[in-house]
Amino acid sequence: MSKGRFGKHGGQFIPETLMNAIIELEDAYNKYKDDPEFVQELNTLLNDYAGRPSRLYYAEKMTKDLGGAKVYLKREDLNHTGSHKLNNVLGQVLLAKKMGKTRVIAETGAGQHGVATATAAALMGMECEIFMGKEDTDRQALNVYRMKLLGAKVHAVTSGTMTLKDAVNETFREWTNRIDDTHYVIGSVMGPHPFPTMVRDFQSVISKEIKSQILEKEGKLPDVVMACVGGGSNAMGAFYEFIPHEEVQLIGCEGAGKGIHTEETAATISTGRDGIFHGMHSYFCQDEYGQISPVYSISAGLDYPGVGPEHAYLNDIGRAKYVPVTDDEAVDAFEYLSRTEGIIPAIESSHAVAHAIKLAPTMDKDKIIVVNLSGRGDKDVAAIARYRGEDIYE
Amino acid sequence: MSKIADAFKKGKAFIPFITAGDPSLEITEQLLIEMDKNGADIIEVGIPFSDPVAEGVVIQEADIRSLAGGTTTDKIFEMLIRVRPKLSCAVAIMTYINPVYGYGTDKFLSNCEKAGIDALIVPDIPYEERDVIKPYCEKHGVDFISFVAPTSHQRIKTIAKDAQGFMYCVSSLGVTGVRQNITTNIGEMIDLVKSVNDIPCAVGFGISTPEQAREMAKKADGVIVGSAIVKICAKYGKDCVPYVADYVKSMKEAIS
Repeated sequence: MSKGRFGKHGGQFIPETLMNAIIELEDAYNKYKDDPEFVQELNTLLNDYAGRPSRLYYAEKMTKDLGGAKVYLKREDLNHTGSHKLNNVLGQVLLAKKMGKTRVIAETGAGQHGVATATAAALMGMECEIFMGKEDTDRQALNVYRMKLLGAKVHAVTSGTMTLKDAVNETFREWTNRIDDTHYVIGSVMGPHPFPTMVRDFQSVISKEIKSQILEKEGKLPDVVMACVGGGSNAMGAFYEFIPHEEVQLIGCEGAGKGIHTEETAATISTGRDGIFHGMHSYFCQDEYGQISPVYSISAGLDYPGVGPEHAYLNDIGRAKYVPVTDDEAVDAFEYLSRTEGIIPAIESSHAVAHAIKLAPTMDKDKIIVVNLSGRGDKDVAAIARYRGEDIYE
Repeated sequence: MSKIADAFKKGKAFIPFITAGDPSLEITEQLLIEMDKNGADIIEVGIPFSDPVAEGVVIQEADIRSLAGGTTTDKIFEMLIRVRPKLSCAVAIMTYINPVYGYGTDKFLSNCEKAGIDALIVPDIPYEERDVIKPYCEKHGVDFISFVAPTSHQRIKTIAKDAQGFMYCVSSLGVTGVRQNITTNIGEMIDLVKSVNDIPCAVGFGISTPEQAREMAKKADGVIVGSAIVKICAKYGKDCVPYVADYVKSMKEAIS
């Protein structure tokens, strides 16, 4: 059995051409992750540049309105660049720099990871190229321009379904083409080992903070932690410190698109099955012949036919539960949180908010739900307007 | 002695690749027969995949055309079972791990055995992950082909020790596709392989012209050509068979 396994999931299923690159990456990660100088450098960036720790906010109005469990929002949307993505990117780009790399490449769905990578590349003086599905460059035109402003070159990927999975394919192809000076900054807890572990570690700052913040505010751990799951990086980050605390329920909210009984869904754990793709053994939406299915979600960031291997494992052992949330429910939650708390959440994060809206009223008032608000929704405003039949300029 | 080893007995081997079902499985069947007649020593039949990450644009598009035309793994095996007795060359299947694993690895290899497939080539299975597939290949008498790449360096000997059939030597960085120049020191790569395992070495990725093939064949035991042939299939569609046959003939002559 190869390295980087979570039960049967994980592994390193990539072409031979890339094997030495990921072995070098693993060695470098193991060398630097506990290196005091690296840790201090990264912490300084996270605190002074990204603005950590992010706030844990008690959503009092929402709580009263729902009439059940207390709802806390972990404000990753207040991170610099507007999402949790920067936590991982600062770690990876700093590591790439230590490894002597001068160029970073990355895939992006909604554009949040692309923006974060372009930001870190600008900050650390690296060349940067981003691969984004053509459909997503249209859906998220603002983020495309943002990346260009930050000095990155953006490639619109026209192969396949022209969304996140195709962007990942194309970034892997580009990495095979130019390895020596280039690091592939994978944006989620996916891909070949060591990425799922490394990205989780960089994102676990979220659950470390939640834990100390909730203990300070409430004197106890939360009853539920929930987050949206595409590849699953914000969810792994929000879950990780709580995994040993069995009493804390962990819920991942998948993009169900138009519903899990339709073809237009991206809820991998609900509708997918065992497979091996994008470097990892995990669950994938696929047909009987192992062809990867075209998936759909209103959210470009959840529009992915797979899920990180550690989530697949947490699902298998029953430690975390994964629920589908439809476009309609997410859009309702997007508008609800905007009106109720004055916080416009990313459409991705709105999937978690939607589930909290369902769950909170069924729980006692002394219970606590923490929702990881992975990103802010400015990027989604035009798309939501169109969803509601209002055609506005980006 | 496997049929793959036999294929390298008659001088340098020419190994053409086609995507099954592009433009149709009927044409694929004719292509197999004609390529065999015109000097192919091993034919690589590609089972199309929705997301072929090791392929350049030419083969990606062939995969999309084939799948859009309704090609399935079952239909490909039906065709292979029908045509195999008519072929004297060795036949390999090239695909990705998910069309094997997602179909059922044992069922896939059992069908390979029924169809007389001699080898299986799966570019997204590196040495470290071979256990998900190699035991099934062994059970069904199919050689599992290993890869070495320009980046493999110290890994070459480890991979070579374990290799069977032939060694797939990747000529260049990047994905499949036609290239003007191949700069990797292929000779050195092959010497390293042969220092631990006396196995035929075939070079692939980027080769399209008879001159390139001749140059590669000076060092290698065989030459693999994919994109250049798939391009002919794309250009001539259902009329591609004689053009591919001529091309195969010219390439085989170039390395003989």
